[in-house]
Amino acid sequence: MTESLVRNDELRNDAQPNDALASEGQPNDALVIDGVALGSRLIMGTGGAPSLAGLGAALTASGTELTTVAMRRYAVDGAGSADTNLFALLLENNIKVLPNTAGCFTAREAVMTAELAREALETDWVKLEVIADEHTLLPDALELVEATEQLVHRGFKVFAYTNDDPVLALRLEQLGVAAVMPLGAPIGTGLGILNPHNIELIVARAGIPVVLDAGIGTASDAALAMELGCDAVLLATAVTRAQNPVLMAQAFKHAVIGGRLAAQGGRIPKRQHALASSAMEGRPDV
Amino acid sequence: MNTIQLNGAPHNCDAGTTVAALVSAMTGRALLPSGQAADGGRLGVAVARNADIVPRSQWSATALEPNDDLEIVTAVQGG
Repeated sequence: MTESLVRNDELRNDAQPNDALASEGQPNDALVIDGVALGSRLIMGTGGAPSLAGLGAALTASGTELTTVAMRRYAVDGAGSADTNLFALLLENNIKVLPNTAGCFTAREAVMTAELAREALETDWVKLEVIADEHTLLPDALELVEATEQLVHRGFKVFAYTNDDPVLALRLEQLGVAAVMPLGAPIGTGLGILNPHNIELIVARAGIPVVLDAGIGTASDAALAMELGCDAVLLATAVTRAQNPVLMAQAFKHAVIGGRLAAQGGRIPKRQHALASSAMEGRPDV
Repeated sequence: MNTIQLNGAPHNCDAGTTVAALVSAMTGRALLPSGQAADGGRLGVAVARNADIVPRSQWSATALEPNDDLEIVTAVQGG
């Protein structure tokens, strides 16, 4: 980490440690997005879980307070009851719902999906996802910007899923998004954070929450995201498709807390040569 | 009897059927005139008719016309 990229506390003063609470292993500082305080900096997705019961157990173990859902057709044959139960499951567990626009390739589709989500779920929060193609699932920057403009104009609080592009991230902030969510790696790859330098750049220049979204494979990836200065981490399949989703959810819960504490604690500078921590003076003649 | 498109498939309904009646039948839950569920819970459903959102407050006042294109959506698992 270069000095110039260390978080500028004049711009971002939300990283102040609180020794009393930090010593208990819990960062005191809530994540605040759009004026709403969230006790957990782990945002969960719900995709990929084989059963609703298993998903519920994993969400509880993760400690998440905000969870994404997709908007899809209600099943006409009545089999849609399980889908209704997902919404009910989140409500019962006091987990806020963050609808996404997954599967949208154009700004027009994304705006319509967001409007349907606002009507169905009674929230103006939306995770804006406009992908370019099914092979990479990477965001289409032009459609993303177009959709962001329209949704902000319509009063949505946009959580913009974006490339790890510091320039685009700033543009999205200028357009009025509530949070910017750069990818660590393509969706579902579990490759971790492919360009940590870009994530640091995004964090250093952002005046809104930065959420590392997509590509997380295991707990150390999430800890790294927080150490780089991200305000939160969003992941789904790293938990839902793990061999033991509940254990992995617990791992991510602690990784995010650990990474946040490390970011607040301030790591030592990296050195080329060793530096003894025991004094050389006063050694006995042995 | 009218035929409409419901979530991409043909669907027959009585002439004069409202959006509220259709949603109530699909979800198995009674609706108040406001479009809220009578059981007090959140319904979690939205309706688009011919590519325009029908606000839940308008469901009981909106009768389906022949060849209407209805999309009724809800929250499902997703990243």
